[in-house]
Amino acid sequence: MRKLRVVHYINNFFAGIGGEEKADIPPEVREGVVGPGLALNKALGNEAEIVATVICGDSYFGQKTDSAKETMLEMIKSHKPDIFVAGPAFNAGRYGFACGEMAMYVEKELEIPVVSAMYRENPGVDMYKRDLHIIETEISAADMRNAVPRMANLVLKLAKGEEVGSPAEEGYHERGIRVNYFHEKRGSERGVDLLVKKMNGQECVTEYPMPVFDRVDPNPAVKDISKVKVAIVTSGGIVPQGNPDRIESSSATKYGIYDINGMDRLSADDFMTIHGGYDRAFVTEDPNLVVPLDVMREMESEGVIGELANYFVTTTGTGTSVGNAKGFGEDFAQKLVADGVGAVILTST
Amino acid sequence: MRLELGKINITDVQPGEVTKVENGTLYVNQQEIIELALKDDRIKDVRVEFARPGESVRIAPVKDVIEPRVKVSGSGAMFPGMINKVKTVGSGRTHALVGANVITCGKIVGFQEGIIDMSGPTAKYTPFSETNNICIVIEPADNLETHDYEQAARLAGLKIGALVGEAGKNVEPDEVVVYETKPIAEQTAQYPNLPKVGYIHMLQSQGLLHDTFYYGVDAKQMVPTFMYPTEIMDGAITSGNCVAPCDKVTTFHHLNNPVIEDLYKRHGKDLNFIGVILTNENVFLADKERSSDMVGKFVEFLGLDGVIITEEGYGNPDTDLMMNCKKATDAGAKVVLITDEFPGRDGKSQSLADAVPEADTLVSCGNGNVIVEFPPMDKIIGTLDYVETMIGGYEGSLREDGSIEAEIQIIIASTIANGYNTLSARMY
Repeated sequence: MRKLRVVHYINNFFAGIGGEEKADIPPEVREGVVGPGLALNKALGNEAEIVATVICGDSYFGQKTDSAKETMLEMIKSHKPDIFVAGPAFNAGRYGFACGEMAMYVEKELEIPVVSAMYRENPGVDMYKRDLHIIETEISAADMRNAVPRMANLVLKLAKGEEVGSPAEEGYHERGIRVNYFHEKRGSERGVDLLVKKMNGQECVTEYPMPVFDRVDPNPAVKDISKVKVAIVTSGGIVPQGNPDRIESSSATKYGIYDINGMDRLSADDFMTIHGGYDRAFVTEDPNLVVPLDVMREMESEGVIGELANYFVTTTGTGTSVGNAKGFGEDFAQKLVADGVGAVILTST
Repeated sequence: MRLELGKINITDVQPGEVTKVENGTLYVNQQEIIELALKDDRIKDVRVEFARPGESVRIAPVKDVIEPRVKVSGSGAMFPGMINKVKTVGSGRTHALVGANVITCGKIVGFQEGIIDMSGPTAKYTPFSETNNICIVIEPADNLETHDYEQAARLAGLKIGALVGEAGKNVEPDEVVVYETKPIAEQTAQYPNLPKVGYIHMLQSQGLLHDTFYYGVDAKQMVPTFMYPTEIMDGAITSGNCVAPCDKVTTFHHLNNPVIEDLYKRHGKDLNFIGVILTNENVFLADKERSSDMVGKFVEFLGLDGVIITEEGYGNPDTDLMMNCKKATDAGAKVVLITDEFPGRDGKSQSLADAVPEADTLVSCGNGNVIVEFPPMDKIIGTLDYVETMIGGYEGSLREDGSIEAEIQIIIASTIANGYNTLSARMY
């Protein structure tokens, strides 16, 4: 079997090209291993080898991030890697940023697995741990001999497509990803165990710490709605008949924007609901129950609202993750603003 | 209230001329079942099929699962207020055919009925892959209105469950378990040094095909009340909902409520199990406020030191769960929540739709958004026609060879939020 190809990224300091005074050196690439790559290569054994090392000064990367990423991507790509490794950056903040940025970019553009390594207080950990496997290290390079075997182990697993274990098993920073497993006791029994402990004042560890929500403060009230363009946005799953954009019945990954120009109400011949979380019988007969076009048109003609936007925005709310919902909102809000929409009516189901 | 539950272990189900239990095999007269179901003229046709553990069988869309039970002695009959007269149940003796189930399936009612695989990699997510199932495939009358169809299918399941349960009436059980909770003064006096514990059981009551019934009362029309734990074992609570399949508390799960069973196991040892506070999950804020206020009031009135709270469904009911948690805590109880998680397919979003600081002790029944692969099965009981619009399915879920790719929330009771399963989730 051929050896898996690894490309390694390090900064000027670890490459032995001076300290802070050389932190402005531009990207360069060298064949084979440089600096900490030597130990990593050894730990990878017979199954993988570092075929090239890309090097960049941390200041240069921080100041010219986009062009540095672009230049290094080409260098990395030309060596046809199976996996990309950045660091370890230990507690060096700018280096951590560079490792995280570069790893994210390589993963996205080359679609190969990536690994980095940092100390828990390196700002790069908080910035990238959700998206990357970042091996946990101590504060300084003195921990290199402990970090390298863990990195090598994870590199081999990811490069071979093997299942990656928990953060504790593999030694990477917790990514905040909820993964299923089968416990030896059923949930109700664990619940009673926890309750007895809690009542006795013993330590009891929750299986899911409460999440923090990105609460949005409402804007001040619209001063004069009769002069404002209003749009309807719904999570009730109303779509044109046939669901042309194939929005999911639950756990939506997309939203749609559909034209209502010249319509006084939504006709059941033209619109339907694909929402999987409520009884659709009544809305199937009358889609205006969820997208109240009929009432909004009346208000428009009576001058209660200034104008109704000539489209509505729609998705399915049931089971849709906060991450997806936030992404949709950030995306279509730009269009609403660009189209001069001053107020939105959100209908849910 | 004291109930003796006689468990008759069933290891196989077979067709027979008479419905009876013999050496652990349940023989079923299929014609008798068909005739019973067809008495309701809203049902046009019925087929009875069997599904046993390990068989290459997929059942879909599943509406309800009912463990066959019969009252041997004591007041009332199974499923009071639904198929029998309203009469308090939960005392005397009841026999259960453990390891056998009646499963209603067939043409979809709504969109939230799910899948049971009897073998293969997805069988482990549902408890019903391990039971011997009598599947009732229902064909509704032409142009039958959805809500009428739901009711017809629901009542057929309960009637057939009770009919099959009769077979256990005169059979000597393999095991008899005695459950007892006394009136509060006596119960408190029995174990004066043990903490008093209650179970806050949240019934799905969002309405419009998301309903649960207590002695025949639609749970959204009731205010929170108190129940002896044994009442549930005789069918005081029945499922009538099409909540996401993974979360569905089937009638089987009411009869076999795991929290009640596990609290009884520690009753008199580590805790004093006082009883069950039943509440609902209505959609209006005023209802949520009223119901959770009353839950808090019960906790205070009963002097509970600790409670376990479970919910049915996710999203909207998470708010009821959190309000109950806060108000039970304020009333002086230590609280443990049991629920499941929906953090998105990448597992990175918030798992719940609401949170309060008091919810610091929670048991996870798993992440329902995880995508799994269902291989083709030799036999389909029901139909796969609706897979792509079921909760957990999506465009492209069903392939031509009958294999499916979908979120595990499409599997019946896979992440059920009452702790019946061992599935859990942890942080990676």
